[in-house]
Amino acid sequence: MDLRLDGISVGAIVRDLSLRVPAGRIVGLVGPNGSGKTTALRCVYRALRPTTGTVWLGDADLTAMRPRRSARHVAALTQESHDIPDFTVAELVALGRAPHGDGRSTKDGEACAAAMAEADVAHLADRHVNGLSGGERQRVLLARALAQEPEVLVLDEPTNHLDLRHQIALLSLLRNGKRTVLLVLHDLNLAAAACDRVAVLRDGALVASGTPAEVLTTELVREVFGVEAVVVAHPVTGGPHLLYSLEGDPS
Amino acid sequence: MPPPAALAAVPAPPRSRRGSHTLAVLALAALLPVAVILAVGLGSAAIPPADTAGYLWAALTGGTIDADEVTRYQIVWRIRMPRVLLAALVGAGLAAAGVAMQALVRNPLADPYILGVSSGASVGAVAAGLLGAGGLAVTGGAFAGAVGAAVVVYLAAAGLAPLRLVLTGVAISVGLQAVMSVLVYLLPDGETTGTILFWTMGGFGAASWDVIPVVAVVVLGGIGVLHRLRRDLDVLSLGDETAGALGVDARGLRLGLFALTALMTGAMVAVSGAIGFAGLVIPHVARLLTGAVHARVLVLAPLLGAAFMVLVDVAARTLAAPRELPAGVITALVGVPLFLALMHRRR
Repeated sequence: MDLRLDGISVGAIVRDLSLRVPAGRIVGLVGPNGSGKTTALRCVYRALRPTTGTVWLGDADLTAMRPRRSARHVAALTQESHDIPDFTVAELVALGRAPHGDGRSTKDGEACAAAMAEADVAHLADRHVNGLSGGERQRVLLARALAQEPEVLVLDEPTNHLDLRHQIALLSLLRNGKRTVLLVLHDLNLAAAACDRVAVLRDGALVASGTPAEVLTTELVREVFGVEAVVVAHPVTGGPHLLYSLEGDPS
Repeated sequence: MPPPAALAAVPAPPRSRRGSHTLAVLALAALLPVAVILAVGLGSAAIPPADTAGYLWAALTGGTIDADEVTRYQIVWRIRMPRVLLAALVGAGLAAAGVAMQALVRNPLADPYILGVSSGASVGAVAAGLLGAGGLAVTGGAFAGAVGAAVVVYLAAAGLAPLRLVLTGVAISVGLQAVMSVLVYLLPDGETTGTILFWTMGGFGAASWDVIPVVAVVVLGGIGVLHRLRRDLDVLSLGDETAGALGVDARGLRLGLFALTALMTGAMVAVSGAIGFAGLVIPHVARLLTGAVHARVLVLAPLLGAAFMVLVDVAARTLAAPRELPAGVITALVGVPLFLALMHRRR
């Protein structure tokens, strides 16, 4: 099912944002700090109710759904970072089953096992969450979201704290999955590589949206980010790739 | 060198936590009645455990007692049994309320009194006493003061954001203690020390069968409600945003937890004063033994709390006999070093 943000506004932080994530596709939200990316995501995973506008999943209004029901369709990996109690990895991942019932059925067990395998944390099952590295922890939190068996996955800068290999692994996981994905990414090259479409926010408003090649141009990067970039074609994939130079460098 | 295939194929280690959890729960469940019988027997007039068990059996089944044993029976059934039961209930309730409070303010160093409930209770009780109330009316005043303080903290914090709640609770507590100090000046001289000691350090000397049913309903009912919320409590610990994305209304849950802990703690403080450290330390000991999952913590912590408080009360009655130490003195002597050790464990 398509995910559609339909004219959502949140105060002045997000202004009349409309955006479609076609079923099974990956859309990346990019933009400078404070441009409203996270706020837009929060409307999708129900942490925030938009002042106006609606979030549609197919023809169902997510903003009107009971949270426990919408949590069966939409899972989120947020930027929240604080102490988590001393759960084991398996215990934490099992919390992803909360919207589905008491978490003790065979189906719950299977969903958790599949989620841990997909996020490559099955070998950590009995480890304590607080003893993990930042990258391992992020993958465990992703496994928790996958255990929700969502149709839609919303991720807020999921590659933070991940080393290069795990950044690539995480984005490959999203590409290989069949879920509808809306994610915020800072790294424009990762966005170009991972996303079917890229949407650019500035001051809470959508300024461009389209395929990475259509959107990520020298002009747009200069205008929105204030950075000089040269766009080249990736020698292997042919996708757009941005090269930056530091300010004051001879060109 | 890659690990040999046979080693790599070894399945994950057994869930030792679950095993030790079952063991601890069974051991405590078996130990608790024994501790109660021993505790009922101990005191200024020691009564052998077999006799104690006999009297309790007679009281429960309506059996008969020899005429020359009536005094000892009275001591066991009328005086000591409600006292030991109250200790067990309050121990269980403080442990459960501590678990709930730590989840509510998402702070492992929180205890049930952080909302100003204990200082509110002492103000309410002393005020009721000054107005000429006695007996259960003082208990009622304490309960009203406890719940009133929680309501004031809720209103003053203007919401349930964890840090604001903690800071507001601490501030209101200090204010209420000042009020308490003023009120104590107005008390007749003879009552000052006993009153202060009871409300700030607590004890089970005032126990009677009259209060047991109410406390039992509030404490056991509260633990029951917390059990129903066990998965939501786990989810809440992941953060409000994530909880929301998992379908748990963090705000509503917090409000419920706030009301529940205020009610439970208010009822307990009203009958036994503010016994410190049990509500803080017992949840941690339970988590050390069984992990952080509330389905297990909420079984183990109340059992541990009950057993611990029964022992504390025995110590309070016997260490300085014939005088009685406040229960909070014992819990502090045991709890403070434990608390410091736990804090160091957390780095």
